[in-house]
Amino acid sequence: MKCNSILLLLAFLISGCSGAQSVLNANGHAAIALKELILAIVLVCSAVWFLVMIALVSALARRRIRESDAISERKATVVVSGAVGATVLVVSGLTIASFHTTRALSEAEDPELTIVVRAQQWWWQFTYVDPRSTETFVTANELHIPIGKDVRLRLESGDVIHSFWVPSLAGKQDLIPGRENILTLRAERPGVYRGQCAEFCGLQHSHMALFVIAEGVADYERWAEGQRRMSVDPSEAEAVAGKAVFMARQCAACHTIRGTGASGTTGPDLTHIGSRRTIAAGLLENTRGSLAAWIADPQKLKPGNNMPLVPLTSDELRQLAAYMEVLK
Amino acid sequence: MKERVVLDVSKLPMHDMGIASPAWWGTCAFMLIEGSGFALAIAIYFYLFSLAPKWPIDAPSPDLFAGTVLTALLLASIVPNILVSRWAKARALAKVRIGLIVMSLLAAAPLALRIFEFPAMHVSWDENAYGSIVWTLLGLHTTHIITDLIDTLVLTCLMFSRHGDNTRRYGDVEDNALYWNFVIVAWLPLYVCIYWVPRL
Amino acid sequence: MIEDRKRPPLTDDGLDDSVLERHLSQTWSASPGFWGALATVDHKVIARRYIVTAFVFLILGGLLAVAMRIQLAWPEARFLDPDRYNQIFTTHGSTMMFLFAVPVMEAMAIYLVPLMVGTRNIAFPRLNAFSYWIILIGGLLLWISFALDAAPDVGWFAYVPLSGPEYGPGKRADIWAQMITFTELSALAVAVEIVVTVFKQRAPGMSLDRIPLLVWSMLVMAFIVIMAMPAIMFASSTLILDRLVETQFYNPAEGGDALLWQHVFWFFGHPEVYIIFLPAAGMVSTIVATFSRRPIFGYLPLVMAFIATGILAFGLWVHHMFVVGLPRLGESFFTASSMAIAVPAGIQIFCWLATLWLGRPVFTTPLLFVIGFIVTFVIGGLTGVMVASVPFDAQVHDTYFVVAHFHYVLVGGAVFPLLGAIYYWFPKMTGRMMSETLGRWAFGLIFLGFNLTFFPMHILGLQGMPRRVYTYQPELPWAGLNLFISLSALVLVSGFVIFFIDALRSWRSGKPAGPDPWSAGTLEWATASPPPAYNFRRIPVVEAREPLWSRSEGLAVTKGLQVDRRELIVSSVVEALPEARESSPRDSIWPFWAAIATSLMLIGSIFTPWAVVWGSIPIAVTLIGWFWPKGTVEDTS
Ligand code: HEA
Ligand code: HEA
Ligand code: HEC
Ligand code: CUA
Ligand SMILES: [Cu+2]
Repeated sequence: MKCNSILLLLAFLISGCSGAQSVLNANGHAAIALKELILAIVLVCSAVWFLVMIALVSALARRRIRESDAISERKATVVVSGAVGATVLVVSGLTIASFHTTRALSEAEDPELTIVVRAQQWWWQFTYVDPRSTETFVTANELHIPIGKDVRLRLESGDVIHSFWVPSLAGKQDLIPGRENILTLRAERPGVYRGQCAEFCGLQHSHMALFVIAEGVADYERWAEGQRRMSVDPSEAEAVAGKAVFMARQCAACHTIRGTGASGTTGPDLTHIGSRRTIAAGLLENTRGSLAAWIADPQKLKPGNNMPLVPLTSDELRQLAAYMEVLK
Repeated sequence: MKERVVLDVSKLPMHDMGIASPAWWGTCAFMLIEGSGFALAIAIYFYLFSLAPKWPIDAPSPDLFAGTVLTALLLASIVPNILVSRWAKARALAKVRIGLIVMSLLAAAPLALRIFEFPAMHVSWDENAYGSIVWTLLGLHTTHIITDLIDTLVLTCLMFSRHGDNTRRYGDVEDNALYWNFVIVAWLPLYVCIYWVPRL
Repeated sequence: MIEDRKRPPLTDDGLDDSVLERHLSQTWSASPGFWGALATVDHKVIARRYIVTAFVFLILGGLLAVAMRIQLAWPEARFLDPDRYNQIFTTHGSTMMFLFAVPVMEAMAIYLVPLMVGTRNIAFPRLNAFSYWIILIGGLLLWISFALDAAPDVGWFAYVPLSGPEYGPGKRADIWAQMITFTELSALAVAVEIVVTVFKQRAPGMSLDRIPLLVWSMLVMAFIVIMAMPAIMFASSTLILDRLVETQFYNPAEGGDALLWQHVFWFFGHPEVYIIFLPAAGMVSTIVATFSRRPIFGYLPLVMAFIATGILAFGLWVHHMFVVGLPRLGESFFTASSMAIAVPAGIQIFCWLATLWLGRPVFTTPLLFVIGFIVTFVIGGLTGVMVASVPFDAQVHDTYFVVAHFHYVLVGGAVFPLLGAIYYWFPKMTGRMMSETLGRWAFGLIFLGFNLTFFPMHILGLQGMPRRVYTYQPELPWAGLNLFISLSALVLVSGFVIFFIDALRSWRSGKPAGPDPWSAGTLEWATASPPPAYNFRRIPVVEAREPLWSRSEGLAVTKGLQVDRRELIVSSVVEALPEARESSPRDSIWPFWAAIATSLMLIGSIFTPWAVVWGSIPIAVTLIGWFWPKGTVEDTS
C-alpha cells in the first residue's frame, strides 16, 4: 500500500512540477544537465530502495523451512556479500556520473556578457559591466539575459552570505563577503524565470526573490539600450511634483535616479523602476497602487527591511507613485 | 538467577598504577581531547596563512627571545619530571615531595616568560586575523600551563598531608607528570608555528 | 595499604545472598532526601534524569515544530512574525540536535554500558553527575532566552557574518554559542566516561570480541565525540571572542574568513550526525538479535562498519559546502567519500536483514520500530547519497529536499530506534512493561504520520522551496503540499502523545516485568528490574558473546570483592583479564557546585571577558573540594 502511494507521489512529482521556480522545469543549459542527472539518480536509488524492501518483506514473511542453520547461514553470507559488492558498484557508478555532470557545468571560456551580482539584505543589485565604462548600467531584482548566450555572473555580497538560485536555469551559488564566485547562465528558451535567495540571510530571507527574463537577442538589446539611457523627465504635473518630493525627502539619500541629483546607493537604483515587473525583490507586482503602498509603509509589507518609513502626506504619496511609474 | 562462582578476585590489588588505573586512561582521554584541539588550532593557523597575501599580516615576525627561552625551559623540565614519575613508581615519599616542589616552580617559571611572549608578537589580538590566531594559540597553551600548575600545587599539598603515602597519590603523581609531558610536547609544534613559520 | 586498616575488610566470600545484598545496598545506595538526590553518582539515576530531560526537550522542540507547521500551512500566514519564526527554527534545530538527540544517546549509554559490560558504576561517576547539571543548565539558558524573546535567530549552524558582531546585534548569537559550550562540555565528559568504562571495567572474560554491539557503537560514538567536539569548542569560543573582544577570525576585511566558520563547524557537524546515528545502530542490533531469537548475523562486519563509519565521518564535512565556490575537483573528492559511507551503512542494513531472515521474528513493539526504521532510514540514507552528488546538491541544497533528508535520517534513523529502545529497556529501567496495544498505536501513527509529513518535502524542494523561509507567496505552487504536510504533522504528534501517555501510565502502573521479560542475551538482564544500586550482586564472568543464552548451569560470577567499600573490577583492555579491585567514588555534592560555578563563569562571559578570570576561582575551589580525598575506605589502596 505504501509502495503504491509512493509511486503515485512519484508520478505526481514528474508531471505536476511546472511551477515558476522548479528544478524540473529546466530551461537553462546547466539546469537541463542537472535535471537529467537528478532523474537518473532518483531512479537508481528508488530501485535500490525497492530491492531492500523486497528483502525486508521476505525476511519477515519467510516460511521457516527446516534446513540446517549452517546452510542458511552460508546462504546469507553469500547474499550479504553480494549485496555489499553491488553497493560498491552502484555508488561508484553514481560517483562517476556525478563527476561527469560536474565537468559539464564548468565555467564558460568566453562569456558574451558579464554581470556583477551584488546581494544585500534583502535585494539584488545587477551591474551590467561594459568595457566602455559609460555604457555600464545598474538595475535591481530583475535580470535580463539574451538566450543561447553564456552569461557570466560575478557574485558578490554587500553584507552577509546569500545564495543566487534560479532553479530553471542553473544550480545555486553562494555570495560570500570577502570572496567572489562565478556562475554561468545560459538560457535555452525565452521565458520569465523566478529565483530566490537560498541561504538564510536574516529577517527577510523569505522575500529576496528575483526574476530572470531570458529573451531573444534583439529584445535584449532593445531593453539594454533603454536601461543605458538617463531617466525620463516627467511631463505630467503629478509626476513632476513627485520628482520634487523625491528630491526633497530622504529618498534621494538612498536611491539613485540617473540624470537627477539623486545618487544614494543604500537602496536599489530607481532610474528605470517603472520598467520592472515587481518591486521590493519580487514582493509585489509593480503597479501604481503597490508602489504607493510600499512607499507609504515598507515596514508593514516587508518587516525589518532596510527602507524606513518616510512620513508623507497622501498627496505626496500619490505624486511619488506617479513619478515612479513614469520612470520606464 | 542461579549463580556459579568461577573466579576469586580477592587477591587482586586494591588499586594499581599505569594502564591498570582508570585515572590513567582518563588522563589519556583528556589529552586526546586537548591534542585534537591543538591540532585543529594549528590547522586554522595554516588556513589563515594560506589566505593571507602576506604573513604575518601587517606585523614583523615575532621576537624569538622569550619564546625560545621558554621552550628551552620546558624541555629542561622533562628531566626532573621523569625523575618524579620514577620516584612515584618507587613510592619514595620524600623524593616525590621534593620533586613536586621543583616541578611547581618549573611550571610557574614559564608563566613569567609567557608574559613577555604576547608583546613579542608585535600585534594585538584585535588588529587582524593573524593577531587573533597567535594570541589564541598562546592563550590556549597558557591555560594548560596554569591548569597543570594548579594541579601540581594541590598535589604537593596532598603529598605533605596524611593522604600522601598512598598508591592512589603515587598514581596521581605519575598522571600529573604524564600530563606535563603532554603540555611540553604540545608546545613544540605551536612554537614552530608561532615563531618560525612567519620567517619562512 | 591493607595493614593500616583497623577493621578487617568484609568481602562477599561466603556471604549469604540476602546478607550480601543488604551490605551492598548499604554501601552503594544514595542517602535519602533532597541533598542525597543532588549528590548521587549512581549512573542509573543520572541516566534516568538525562533521559527524562532529553525527552522534555523533544516535546518542547516538537511543539516549536508544530508552531512552524501552523505558520507554513498557508501562504503569507500571519501566525508568527519573521523574527519569531527565525528564533523558532533555530531553537527547534538546536534543541533537537544538542539538547535532545545527542544527550539522549549519551544517556542511554550511561544507563546501559555499565550494565552491559557487567560493572557496578560508570567510570568517573562524579564527572557524570557534573555533566548532567551542565547540560541541564545549558538547556535552561536557551529556553529561558526563548521565553524572553531573545533566543538565537541565526539557524542551528549560525553562519557568520550573520551571527557575527556586525549583523548579529544583541546577545542572541552569544547565547547560542554558549549553549553549545555547555553541551560540548557534558558530551566530552560522558565520552571519556564511556571510553574508560568500556576499556577498563568490563567483566572478566569479556574480551573485545564479546563486547555487545550496543557497547561497541557507544564506544565508537564516544571516540567521535572526543575527536569532533574540540572543533565546535573552537568555533563557539572564537565566535564569542569575535563578538566580545573584537578578534578578527571571521572578518574578511582583516584577514579573517567567513568560510573558516563553515569548515570548522562542519568538521564537527558532520561527525555529529553519526554521534546520533551510531548509538541508534547499536540499539537496532540489540533489538533485532533479541526478537529474531538468535545471535546477530555478522558481528565482526558490524563492528568494522561502526568503526569505518566513525573514521569516514571525518572526511565528509565539505558536502555541506558544495555551493560556496570551492574548487570543483576538491568537491568531487567529498562526493566520493560521502558515497563511500553507503558501504558500511549497507553492511549494517544487510546484516540486520540477514539476522531477521535467519531468525524467527517476534513482532513486539520494539521490533516494529526497528522495521519502521529500516523502511525510512534507507530512504533517508539514499537521499543522503543523492545530495552527496555535487551537481544534484547544487539544485537541492538549502531547500526542503535537504529538510526531508535529515528528518528521514534523524527521526527515521535515530528516533525510531530510540523509541524501540525505550519500549525494549523500559522494563529494565522501571521494572514495569509498557503497553503492547498502545505501543502498536503509537508506532502506527508515528510511522504513518512521519512519512506523510516528510515525504512531500522532497517534492517541495524540487519545486524550488528554500528552507528557513517564514512564509511564501500565494502565486508559488507550494501551498497545497504545505497544508498537507502540516495536517500530517498532527498525525505524527498524536502518535507521540500516545507514546508519552503510555510511558507515564506504565511507569506508574505497568505490568511488573521481572528481571528478563524478553529472554534476551546480554548482561543487563541478569539482574533485577530495576537494577539495585550496585547493579550485580556478584560481578559476572563472561564466557560467551550472549552470556544469558549460553549459560548452562547458572551465571558464572566472581567472588572476593569487598562489600564495605564501593568496589568493582578493573580488567585489561583486550582480554578483560582482571587487574585490580578498584574503588568507585562515593556520592558528593561537589560536582553540583562545580557545575554551578562553571555555569556562572560561562554565562558571565557572554557579558564580559573578566568573567573568565574571576569565574575560574570558584571553579578551582569546587574542583579541589571534589578531588580532595576525604579519608573514606574508597581512598585506601
Ligand atoms: C542521523 C543523522 C544523519 C545521517 C545518518 C546522515 C547520513 C547521510 N547524509 Fe546527511 N545530514 C544530516 C543528518 C544525517 N545524515 C543532517 C542533520 C543534515 C543537514 C544539516 C543542515 O543543513 O541543517 C544532513 C545533510 C547532508 C548533506 C548536505 C546537504 C545540503 O546541505 O545540501 C549531505 C550531502 O552529501 C548528506 C549526506 C549524507 C550521506 C551520504 C549519508 C549516509 O551516511 C547515508 C548512508 C545510508 C544509506 C545509503 C542507506 C543504507 C544503504 C544501503 C541500503 C545500501 C545500498 C545503497 C546504495 C547502493 C546507494 N547529508
Ligand atoms: C532529532 C532532530 C529533529 C527532530 C526529532 C525533528 C522533528 C520535527 N521537525 Fe525538525 N529540524 C531539525 C531536527 C529535528 N526535527 C533540525 C536540525 C532542523 C534545522 C533547523 C535549522 O534550519 O536551523 C529542523 C528544521 C525543521 C523544519 C524546517 C524549518 C525551516 O527551514 O524553516 C521543519 C518544517 O516543517 C521541521 C519540522 C519538524 C516536525 C514536524 C517534527 C516532528 O517530528 C515533531 C514531532 C512532535 C513532537 C516530538 C512533540 C510531541 C509531543 C507533544 C505535542 C506534547 C505531548 C505531551 C505530553 C503527553 C506530556 N523541522
Ligand atoms: C534609508 C534608506 C532608504 C530611504 C530613505 C528610502 N529607501 Fe527606498 N529602498 C531602500 C531599500 C534598502 C530598498 C530595498 C528594500 C528591499 O527590497 O528589501 C528600497 C526599495 C525601494 C523601492 C523598490 C525598488 C525595487 O527595485 O524593487 C522603491 C520604489 C523605493 N524604495 C522608493 C523610495 C522612495 C519613494 C523613498 C522616499 C520616500 C525611499 N525609497 C526612501 C532604502 C531606502
Ligand atoms: Cu539573501 Cu537569503
Ligand atoms: Cu554531513
